[in-house]
Amino acid sequence: MQKREFVNSIYKKSLSLIYNWLGDKIFLITIVSLGISIILLALGMAWVLLYEGHTSLKVHGVIGFLTSSEWDPAVKLRFGSLPFLFGTVVTSVGALVIAFFPAIAIAIFIAEYAPKWLGNIIENMVHLIAAIPSVVVGIWGIFVFVPWMREVVYQPVYTWALENNSSLLPILGNPIGYGMASATIILALMIIPFTTALTKDAIDQVPKEQREAAYALGATHWEVIRMAVTPYARGGIMAGSVLSFGRAIGETMAVAMLIGNKNNFPFTIFGPAATMPSVIINEFREAVENLHLSSLMAIGLVLFVISLIVNLFAAYITRKLSITGGQSI
Amino acid sequence: MKRIKMIKSIQLFVLFSLSLLVVSCGGRSDSSSETGSKKSSKSERITVLGAGASFPAPLVTAMADDYRDITNNRVTVNYQSIGSGGGVRQFVEQTIMFGMTEAFLSDEVIANIEQSTQGKAFNMPITLADVVATYNIPGVDEQIVFNSELLVNLFLGNITSWDDPRIAEINPDIDFPSIPVTIVHRSDGSGTTNIWTSYLSSVSKEWRDRIGFATSVNWPVGVGGNGNEGVAGAVMNSPGALGYNSLSYALLNDMDYAAIINSSGNIIEPSYEATTAAADIDLPADTRVLFTNTPAPDGYPVAGFAWMLVYENLEKNNAINSRKEAVELVKFLIWTITDGQNLSEDLGYARLPQAAVDRNFEMIRQIKWEGEKIGEELLKAAIN
Repeated sequence: MQKREFVNSIYKKSLSLIYNWLGDKIFLITIVSLGISIILLALGMAWVLLYEGHTSLKVHGVIGFLTSSEWDPAVKLRFGSLPFLFGTVVTSVGALVIAFFPAIAIAIFIAEYAPKWLGNIIENMVHLIAAIPSVVVGIWGIFVFVPWMREVVYQPVYTWALENNSSLLPILGNPIGYGMASATIILALMIIPFTTALTKDAIDQVPKEQREAAYALGATHWEVIRMAVTPYARGGIMAGSVLSFGRAIGETMAVAMLIGNKNNFPFTIFGPAATMPSVIINEFREAVENLHLSSLMAIGLVLFVISLIVNLFAAYITRKLSITGGQSI
Repeated sequence: MKRIKMIKSIQLFVLFSLSLLVVSCGGRSDSSSETGSKKSSKSERITVLGAGASFPAPLVTAMADDYRDITNNRVTVNYQSIGSGGGVRQFVEQTIMFGMTEAFLSDEVIANIEQSTQGKAFNMPITLADVVATYNIPGVDEQIVFNSELLVNLFLGNITSWDDPRIAEINPDIDFPSIPVTIVHRSDGSGTTNIWTSYLSSVSKEWRDRIGFATSVNWPVGVGGNGNEGVAGAVMNSPGALGYNSLSYALLNDMDYAAIINSSGNIIEPSYEATTAAADIDLPADTRVLFTNTPAPDGYPVAGFAWMLVYENLEKNNAINSRKEAVELVKFLIWTITDGQNLSEDLGYARLPQAAVDRNFEMIRQIKWEGEKIGEELLKAAIN
């Protein structure tokens, strides 16, 4: 009887040991394999882009592909990505510049000034705007924003330049409404919610003591924000902006619908232009020539690399600018 | 910080699910043809799988619906509108039973196919695409007339204002306002662009040498709209705009479109009949021809075929697994160019002219399954 119980207990113990050991192992293996699959996935995507794009990079040369501004899928079959690179950088930087201060102002208002109920409403609205699909933003742009901007801004400015300062005309370009300016402003509208949300989170993480100390020194509300809150949150704010910038770089549909899609220089402020995502979405479906398809893939590769750099830069900024334990680095 | 990490992880998750999607899409074409054969062995149901150009997609889908009714749900035609480029690629990779394209196969592709399948790849005209010049000129209600020279100069950017004397010369009764011309073109690669630029290339040496024709070209001037709707939207919203759309789209949206003087000197108002007439010419045996600027006296000059791609030796196409499937594919083919054409006008397509139908019959007669001339047998049965 005793022996049997003894055996039984040993059996149970070993079972739970196996269970614990095995359970741990299974969990570990699952976690590790899923974690590593992400790395493999990213590498796999980069490899596919490189593999598909290498024909074009070989024909044009990497430098040639990046610096040539000729995109001719019909006669010469020469492909250069400079106009798209330029268009992407200009629209994204422009959008970030336009969006940066309004976004921070909204975030500070929500986090510091607004009563809780109002802050909540605004924050939810911000999230709602962020959730609007970009193709819907694009449609709104075509039917509301572009005609309005053409009537109120582009054409008056163009007419003014025509009468007073005709040297500006080549820079301003055709005021039809579809162009770099429209795309940049729409992009800015699209990344404001993103930047706002990230900035607000960064501000929320400022320790209470930090504020209280500043108040104790006799600082006003504005001074507290200026001297205690924003310096502490600047790492998060900057990183948030860089991530928003990354989003602007990759934004496709709304830009393709509003930028006017002109594949060659010169670009003008009001006139049509193109970005890397916009040319990919425009020409990918019907690209029959192998070199054409390969060039679009190569643009995808360039976009991939740029996004990677932007993300790394965001991580670097967060580390560099963040203040930990009340000590500035 | 947490937020950033979360967003990063969401981004990665999206990437992951996207890649899953790609993987599953890649596998699908094989599996669906497999299920097609499985079904056929079980309950005689057969799926005819095709993919390609988006322009004829509404017509092919409607044809597929009708055809399923005619065959009492026995034959399902599954057409995926993935674009001409994708259609040709899938056809060459043999993941579909028929492809669909608005640009015919190049000599190089045909030579490669001939080497790998010991047979031809047929380009069979299924329907016609026509492209009209759409415009938005405030104060002009009458239909404008263009000739080829005028269109080339407008799209090259040589004519920049609507009150240019060259426009007034052809349209003496119309009082044009002095507003700038804004050219609107398709920004996405499309068969519509292919036909439009092929017309401009066939009438102008300068256009042919500088711009050429393709599904997307290096436009000298203008803004690009995405899709027929993008061009239509930009044209209708911008005073002074001149663009190009398929005729059915212009009709559907009540847009102003121009008549064009064809190579015989006749003013041709766009219509389905004029488009059909344009293709009623002496076609080459393989129908690989662009008949923009048609010699037909009543033909509208900016039109082209949409082709169905089929192998001569059907057993060499890996997407076709049995003789039964091959037979159903050929039957569907014969139906689309005969009775199926009745669907054309209601859906905004022009009918195939007799010349094209005859060429199609000649090609169908050559279709074989393991050496057996199934095309000829089926055609005989269908016509009688």
